[in-house]
Amino acid sequence: MAYRPETAKPLNELAEVLLRDDNNTLSRGERELIGAYVSSLNDCFFCQNVHGSLAQHYLECDMSYIDAVKVNPGMTNLSGKLKALLSIAASVQGGGRSVTADQVEKARALGATDREIHDTVLIAAAFCMFNRYVDGLGTWAPQDRQFYVDRAPRRAAEGYLDYDLHK
Amino acid sequence: MPHIEVNNDFPGIRGLMAFRPETAEPLSALAEVLLRDNEGLSRAERELIASRVSYLNDCFYCHNSHGELACVYLDGDRDLVDQVRKDYQHAAISGKLKALLTIAGKVQQSGLAVQPEDIALARREGATDKDIHDTVLIAAAFCLFNRYVDGLAATTPTDLSTYPARARQVLERGYGSHIYSSAQPVR
Repeated sequence: MAYRPETAKPLNELAEVLLRDDNNTLSRGERELIGAYVSSLNDCFFCQNVHGSLAQHYLECDMSYIDAVKVNPGMTNLSGKLKALLSIAASVQGGGRSVTADQVEKARALGATDREIHDTVLIAAAFCMFNRYVDGLGTWAPQDRQFYVDRAPRRAAEGYLDYDLHK
Repeated sequence: MPHIEVNNDFPGIRGLMAFRPETAEPLSALAEVLLRDNEGLSRAERELIASRVSYLNDCFYCHNSHGELACVYLDGDRDLVDQVRKDYQHAAISGKLKALLTIAGKVQQSGLAVQPEDIALARREGATDKDIHDTVLIAAAFCLFNRYVDGLAATTPTDLSTYPARARQVLERGYGSHIYSSAQPVR
């Protein structure tokens, strides 16, 4: 991203409006959790730790809870609505055409609005881009997971607009 | 019918963008810089990469929309566009573009699938770091756009004769907000 500021700008703006803008009925923690979950399905170490750490920061839980969600959201105490949205996100990760009308109906029956369904699909799709961008260029990522947890409060406070992979 | 009520009848990603302009703005800005930049890779090469990745993702709307743009940039050479989508190794394109399409195909599967030898081959064929960067990001971005369109079951025109008018609109005015806020061109 630092290499190509012309593309970093819209990428950062997309992350900011999707994940951090407070004009949203999904909380920041819920949106970061969707991002971490999709990144885990895509096996992107860097993104699942950056966004998993942000999710545990906002949701005031610990990384073991985030890890449990990544293994099987259905076995956690998340709300039925969020479980239904994570199921849609997992389908998007597999390919847009795998999302079924039944999945969407179920999310709606559990209280999800059209905009929440829209944002879930776009967050999942966006992480299918971010994950590929990071891993496709072989970006360097710290291996110590605590590194990401320690930085989450600062990332949460500063937001994505000046985001720099190496900061 | 789309999975959500978008309250408009714009085709493909345009209908989704009109539904949520706050996210449409950075998405169209990203498309503009990635696909309309003319330094290094040409606009035709960028649209060919986009169309090939969308074809691999089985996204009818995107592979035809961006195939049509590539076709316009290539003076109407539709056969070449089809060949690149389906069997680029035997298409009449440069060795550099073939090597970049190989990288794009790996990115479509997973970022982790890209191997150092794929990058080395592209460099040997004359690709710069910027060409490689842009190829990876175009391929990754279409893994977003394709999933956005099909994940919400956006309205997809099946009549291919409707695609050229939209391609000409992008050719003339780019990927700005006009594509999801003004009346859709019909011819």
